[in-house]
Amino acid sequence: MKRAILAALGLATSLAMPATAEDIKVGLLLPYSGVYAALGNDIDAGFALGLETFGAETGATFEIVREDTEVKPPVALGKAKKLILQDKVDVMAGIVSSGVLGAVRDMVHGAGVPLIVANAGNDEATGIQCSPYITRMSFSNGQVNRPMGTWMAEQGIKKVYTLAPDYAAGRQMIDGFAQTFTAAGGEIVGQEFTPFQKTQDFGPYLAQAKASGADAVFVFYAGGEAISFVKQYDSFGLKADLPLYGSGFLTSALYVNAEGPAAEGVITALHYVPTIENDANKAFAEAFTAATGRVPSEYAVQGYDSARALVEAVKAGATDRESLANALRQVSFDGPRGPLSIDPATNNLIQPIYVYETIAGEGGLTQKVLAQLPAERDPVNGCEMAPVSN
Amino acid sequence: MANDLGFWTLQALNALQLSMLLFLLSIGLTVIFGLMHFVNLAHGSLYALGAYVAASLAAVGGFWMGFFLAPVAVAGVGILLYSGLIRRMRKSGPMAQVLVTFGLIFAMLDLTRIFWGDLALAIEVPALLDGRLSFLGVEYPTYRLFIIALGLAIIAALAFVLGRTQIGAMIRAGVDNDAMAACLGINVERLFFVVFCVGCALAGLAGAVAAPLLSVTPDMGLQILIPTLIVIVIGGLGSLKGAVAGSLIFGFVQTFGAVLAPQLASVLIYALLAAVLVIKPVGLFPAKG
Repeated sequence: MKRAILAALGLATSLAMPATAEDIKVGLLLPYSGVYAALGNDIDAGFALGLETFGAETGATFEIVREDTEVKPPVALGKAKKLILQDKVDVMAGIVSSGVLGAVRDMVHGAGVPLIVANAGNDEATGIQCSPYITRMSFSNGQVNRPMGTWMAEQGIKKVYTLAPDYAAGRQMIDGFAQTFTAAGGEIVGQEFTPFQKTQDFGPYLAQAKASGADAVFVFYAGGEAISFVKQYDSFGLKADLPLYGSGFLTSALYVNAEGPAAEGVITALHYVPTIENDANKAFAEAFTAATGRVPSEYAVQGYDSARALVEAVKAGATDRESLANALRQVSFDGPRGPLSIDPATNNLIQPIYVYETIAGEGGLTQKVLAQLPAERDPVNGCEMAPVSN
Repeated sequence: MANDLGFWTLQALNALQLSMLLFLLSIGLTVIFGLMHFVNLAHGSLYALGAYVAASLAAVGGFWMGFFLAPVAVAGVGILLYSGLIRRMRKSGPMAQVLVTFGLIFAMLDLTRIFWGDLALAIEVPALLDGRLSFLGVEYPTYRLFIIALGLAIIAALAFVLGRTQIGAMIRAGVDNDAMAACLGINVERLFFVVFCVGCALAGLAGAVAAPLLSVTPDMGLQILIPTLIVIVIGGLGSLKGAVAGSLIFGFVQTFGAVLAPQLASVLIYALLAAVLVIKPVGLFPAKG
């Protein structure tokens, strides 16, 4: 009798409120120390803002448990275990480094805990290593650069010299670019990969780029290396004769001001810049600046959209690990980056890419969007997984 | 491209510029080691500290304020380190010294992170040194020429002080045989202190000079430590000649390695290090014969 009353009560409340008042426990797995700490903090701020902005659209309450990966795969694996087994989180989000993603992938996949990747871009994560539990709300390395190859060829650039750090992401970024650039009739006249995080002086490589007879240089560098590279490129006076193009991380809003005037005129492509004109981005940029005092970077928007994706999945009725994983694969919405949707074949995000030029604006450097390139879905790259169940 | 003389001049200047930067760091480390038999692995952290102090001062009073005051500030930190830690560690053997100074690296890494944050800082090159000069038929950034000139000036000054002055003779005596030098009435302990401070100031200077060229990040001290250690091992411990030779070898091998055999660029210098250790374990120009 008592049970029947309780059941009736439960039924009544669930009818009254379409989304039941669930408590969703989120494990945020980010580097709060180590070389990527600045990225981790931006993603964290974006994620918190996303939950604050959209969380109320569901009846659920969200609880965040934060763990520091220290950008060390073994540490991250231990923290992931703790989140899954001890904290019993419903969903995890974060992961900046692809190395860390590779380390926790099997653990997450085996435990069946949904993971929203908020940065790590290695192509395999949504290719041969894909998992129905891992959805990526950031980007894949190839995705960011492929549209730029075609675009640069269309601008009449024939010969390009490329430079990138010698590690998986560096090679995937350059490969993505080179693939479409040569397909569109361009020629790669020289290609160099510099020792990752061991190169402080790019002088020797710059002299080679200059001597290569290229029309332009296309590079991928990020963080401290990007700052050194852009400044040294300018100090050798190469910018005038040999325009600098690149993957948009080169002149990320996060550190472009440290590059200073050297970054002016550099043209790059990325999935987000703070100056994209749409209402969602305006609202996001204002709220983010009010909360942190910084202009939002691509990392911030990745955190923000990861939180939004989680909220959308909960709105669709997901309540536990299994249903959240399934719902996350079908998420789509219009965000600051424009129309976004998850490709259920790979679980990678489909999004437009923006070509932008760094220019001097009021109060520092700003980004002028030159072109919005249409969203393309990544090739399946050997990804085989169970289709979405309804 | 390979037959273009300008290209090779440019690369030679690049190599020289890198050598001078490494020299500023390694001379302090090598003399401290030669004189005090003290392994100060935190030397790279002092370099990072110099860069951060210079960046902060540059934001207030321009590049030159950072350039002149950063070495002083770093020498001040050196005094604190010396009186707080290093004097106590003098007799405790190399393993303990390595562990303590290794620990210092991480303590200072996190301290810089707490004070200055995780985002990279940068300094603009001063207007005087901005732009490029035509030099030996190539256009070369003025600031890099300034680094080369500064390095050469410091080599000349140190050669003069170490080779021609009384204090230089005392330092050389101390490096050669500190017990005997003390018997002859030289206050070796005070000499150590002065040399340590000068070494720290030079590390700070290197940081201040490198800051406009590279980006100022918390881990820059760790990144420079290995090259600096390679320089002093190749050059030989404790001698000015060794530091100069080691820096030049490192700079040229690194630069031309990157040009001629890019796949081997990062291996080449370690291979050379191994070769030196096998053939001449004390280095090319050790202070003690």
